[in-house]
Amino acid sequence: MSEKTKKSLKIVSQEEIGKDIFSMWLQADEMAESARPGQFLSLYTRDGSKLLPRPISICEIDRENKRIRLVYRVTGKNTGTEAFSKLHAGIAVEVLGPLGNGFPLHEAEGKRVFLMGGGIGIPPMLQTAKELNAEKTAVLGYRDELFLNEEFEKYADVFVATEDGSAGTKGNVMDAIRENALEADVIFACGPTPMLRAIKNYAEENNIPCWISMEERMACGVGACLACVCKSKEVDSHSHVHNKRICKDGPVFLSTEVEL
Amino acid sequence: MIKTAVTLAGVELKNPVMTASGTFGSGAEYSEFVDLNKLGAVVTKGVANVPWPGNPTPRIAETPSGMLNAIGLQNPGIDVFCERDIPFLKKFNTRIIVNVCGKTTEDYCEVVERLGNEPVDLLEINVSCPNVKEGGIAFGQDPKALEAITKEVKKYAKQPVIMKLSPNVTDITEMAKAAEAGGADVLSLINTLTGMKIDINRRTFALANKTGGMSGPAVKPVAVRMVYQVAQAVKVPIIGMGGIATAEDALEFLMAGATAVSVGTANFFNPYATEEVVAGIEDFMHRQKVEDISELIGAVK
Repeated sequence: MSEKTKKSLKIVSQEEIGKDIFSMWLQADEMAESARPGQFLSLYTRDGSKLLPRPISICEIDRENKRIRLVYRVTGKNTGTEAFSKLHAGIAVEVLGPLGNGFPLHEAEGKRVFLMGGGIGIPPMLQTAKELNAEKTAVLGYRDELFLNEEFEKYADVFVATEDGSAGTKGNVMDAIRENALEADVIFACGPTPMLRAIKNYAEENNIPCWISMEERMACGVGACLACVCKSKEVDSHSHVHNKRICKDGPVFLSTEVEL
Repeated sequence: MIKTAVTLAGVELKNPVMTASGTFGSGAEYSEFVDLNKLGAVVTKGVANVPWPGNPTPRIAETPSGMLNAIGLQNPGIDVFCERDIPFLKKFNTRIIVNVCGKTTEDYCEVVERLGNEPVDLLEINVSCPNVKEGGIAFGQDPKALEAITKEVKKYAKQPVIMKLSPNVTDITEMAKAAEAGGADVLSLINTLTGMKIDINRRTFALANKTGGMSGPAVKPVAVRMVYQVAQAVKVPIIGMGGIATAEDALEFLMAGATAVSVGTANFFNPYATEEVVAGIEDFMHRQKVEDISELIGAVK
């Protein structure tokens, strides 16, 4: 397990890479050394009236320079993410991390793998693509405007779907798989619940091992408060009920372990 | 040498700082951040006679300087708790306080009786959770029901009993007196304040449970006032809580009349909060030349 800490990290750079989509590099020191793809960091605002940290998935890890990149969406006016988007290089943010389990890369080594991302679920797939030694196909779903898709091209074959049809397949990631007759032995995915549900069904119908990264409102981020649970198929070995903790037991789960 | 130890119903704590039930699990998760040996006590998340699944999600929502939760007392049940959580806590030099929840008087008594043979120092009876439909707060909002359940629990308890009071009442001193009359050894207050948040974009409640318990710094003045009122009304010691994030907050509660204090929601925004409160109280005592913490307890009349 990686060592969790809460630390003040300096922002190295920040830019808007799409409408309301921001890319922030943090000087993360030991967090960069221990972080793995699919894990997340929890960021605290500098506003004392906003108490809870905001969980944001890790997009890239630069272990050489000990930096971590976060790509996140500003979710609205007066939100924590809006406050983060206004911070510039040199400013420090309080960060708790690295948190969660990450994608089990060893399950996919050398195989044909789908790396599927939808919307703001796309960023964690980038570091996964970078680190995974496999025959990788990235299937990325957007509403309209694309982001990060060009960066995936270094590591994977890239297929894009847009809801408005402005790029790639018109529709969602499942439509892109069908239209291009894509096949895989293993699936890693992150995105909104309807997308994960469709991928889970597809994977289970075709007997493809599939790991999905889930999301829920979080408080502690470390498994103590039991706010961010998801339904588990079997009685969970820790909770002893049909609940798993997304922040601690996840956010990545084998699709057959959870119910959506 | 300053003296920070306090005594609750004959049980000495090395300092008055403990965790608030439900915010700290059974200590395992936060032991990666704080040294549990430095805390006066660890108060566990509520445990029932059988596992409880808790409420649907979303279970939490942020509010200005606070939060709402409606976890619904998810817990693994007393069997797992005794096999796994108590042995974990026994590895540390701190007091163990187990929070007990139930749907009926019999449920509470079953858990209390079961804990009689466990190495547990105190029992905290949760009759004030606003997020479960049966039990919980039903016992905590009627003085007669509170006195009755306190008496019943006391019959089965081998350890001293803390009754945890709800602030969602007209007069908390009436509830405090009822618990004392029922034989409570210690009172803890406040549990969360019932609140609501609406998600205007989805036109629905922010919490699946519609209402939730409000906690965090925003509730602190209410909690300090209630601790002060109860301290004037009863003789039993009080554990004060509600928005404590710093040593300064904790000292307010001590001076208002609390013998010990609990750090709750603050753990979520500062996982080191409990240890920092302990250190901060010691610093304050050094600076103000306070030799014994008892000089501060109830210092404000």
